[in-house]
Amino acid sequence: MSDSTSLWFWVLAACAAAYAIKLVGYLVPAKLLDNPRIVHVAGAVTIGLLASLTAVNTFASGSGIAFDARIGALVAAAIALLLRAPFLVVVIVGAATAAGLRLLGIG
Amino acid sequence: MRLTFLTPAVRIALSVSVATGLYGISFGALSIAAGLDLWQTMALSALMFTGGSQFAFIGVLAGGGAGAAAFGAASLLGVRNAIYGMQMNVMLRPRKTRRLLAAHVTIDESIAVAAGQTELVEAKRGFWWTGFGVFALWNVFTVLGAVLGDALGDPAAWGLDGAAVAAFLALLWPRLKSRDPIALAVVAAVVTILAVPVVPSGVPIMIAAIVAGVWGWLGSGRMTTSADAETHPEGERA
Repeated sequence: MSDSTSLWFWVLAACAAAYAIKLVGYLVPAKLLDNPRIVHVAGAVTIGLLASLTAVNTFASGSGIAFDARIGALVAAAIALLLRAPFLVVVIVGAATAAGLRLLGIG
Repeated sequence: MRLTFLTPAVRIALSVSVATGLYGISFGALSIAAGLDLWQTMALSALMFTGGSQFAFIGVLAGGGAGAAAFGAASLLGVRNAIYGMQMNVMLRPRKTRRLLAAHVTIDESIAVAAGQTELVEAKRGFWWTGFGVFALWNVFTVLGAVLGDALGDPAAWGLDGAAVAAFLALLWPRLKSRDPIALAVVAAVVTILAVPVVPSGVPIMIAAIVAGVWGWLGSGRMTTSADAETHPEGERA
């Protein structure tokens, strides 16, 4: 399998899985919702994954850890979020900070 | 002309659709930067259609992770949609074929708008209008972002890696409403950073997910509700 074919495979597989997971909610008995543990675990996994993805995108560089302009982007985004900026503004602030720091030769 | 279809729920649905649809631009641009082509990017928005999972999928690939790891992260993040589906199934009781359609537009935003209504008929309107409204705009702006991202050239020069960092933090942010989810987020981030130099790309995210799952299982007795798949009319994204 070439790289591109393999990537297509995972794209479509992930799309199919996403839909199947959504549909499962409509097919399983509502009683499952009475089990708070399942709801808690789903909520916790969501938080854990998003925190992990934030960390990977901030610090990972290949198979190592790097401290560069992306940390500036993280801090700037956090400030924008504290100021209740909308999603798109937060993303633009993150990009501008990383680009700006590199322009200054930092990171 | 009086626009009689513009009930309060429909108005909220339309404004949520515009706000959410717009950030499809950032998904489109980041997807191209992560190495996907235009068609793969469009497929994710049209078929996967759940922002958090889409960002997770391209986020793992951008970090050098394998397709299987991207699949795993995206699918795990989508698990909350099953919980949403259960809630909507009880609330809306869609019939057989409608169920198939309802499942596809079961996302944070449609659930949030539906859950925010006091009348059932308004909840239904809120769910469907938000679901289809976000779907239409999310896909249009994904294409726009992808074309734009393609034209930008070097992603790092434009700070697109910084944009990805900001996007994930913004997806996480509305869920950090009390001490327990904040502690969990910090633990997950630390576990990830410790794991990055030791295991292949993409795997640290899976390890963090397992740690979080155990945390949720063990702590479900004391955890406050704000950490759950509970919905809020505003602030929930992905």
